Amino acid sequence: MSEANRPVQVDIMRSQLGRARGLGAAKSGAAQWWAQRVTAIALIPLSLWFVCAALRLVGASHAEMLAWIGAPIPVVLFIALVLANFYHLALGLQVVIEDYVHGESARLATLLVTKGVVFLLALTCLISILKLGL
Amino acid sequence: MKDVRDALMVARTSDGRLVRRPLSPHLQVYRPQLTSVISIFHRFTGVGLGFGTLLLTWWLVAAATSPEAFATVQGFIGSPIGLLLLFGWTFALFYHLCNGVRHMAWDLGYGFEKTEYHRTGWTVVGAACVLTVLVWIIGLVIW
Repeated sequence: MSEANRPVQVDIMRSQLGRARGLGAAKSGAAQWWAQRVTAIALIPLSLWFVCAALRLVGASHAEMLAWIGAPIPVVLFIALVLANFYHLALGLQVVIEDYVHGESARLATLLVTKGVVFLLALTCLISILKLGL
Repeated sequence: MKDVRDALMVARTSDGRLVRRPLSPHLQVYRPQLTSVISIFHRFTGVGLGFGTLLLTWWLVAAATSPEAFATVQGFIGSPIGLLLLFGWTFALFYHLCNGVRHMAWDLGYGFEKTEYHRTGWTVVGAACVLTVLVWIIGLVIW
């Protein structure tokens, strides 16, 4: 191989991580990814607890429901469930919207509306639980 | 052409016409695989569970409002449509939960062999069905 045809080789004495660190997404871009995993882990026991609770409340009257949610542990677990659930939902819907809604303004509008609705639903659930449990 | 990447998709048909090559996987002609079907169902069930939170919210608001409002929700849940929705959400919950655990195993670097993700895929489907039926048997016995 002649000197002119040899491929250019440049040694960069820096790791890819070192190059990416501090540049935009590499700084905090994994935060949402992590939050989705952390809420997912929390939701495993919480949703299984909720299924058991729902089974206990099959056909329950209003008085039975009040008696159940009046105890401290169901209130705490229910609030934890609502927080983890709606956070996880907002993150999941965001990924779906970012994948399928094209166009900057349409995507932004869909994200804002979706996140607003999810936030309001979460607040409504929390206030209801507090009203029932306190 | 709006994007420079489109240049890579320009091709000529056998009669010399310029065409834009289709993206792969081209869903209309692409045979569904276990992996892709399970993957898209993870999204479907996730979004479906999101709609399920509407019922949860209604249930909680009604309980916090009055015994009559709560009886209305309980009546809806016990109606054929309510039971069908609840059955769907039970399956969606267990499916999303089981496949979520599968995703976490991937995040940790396990289960990427072809035989492994095929096996765990069927395990997710089976476990979701078994758990759904189990919960409904218990629920109907209590009811």
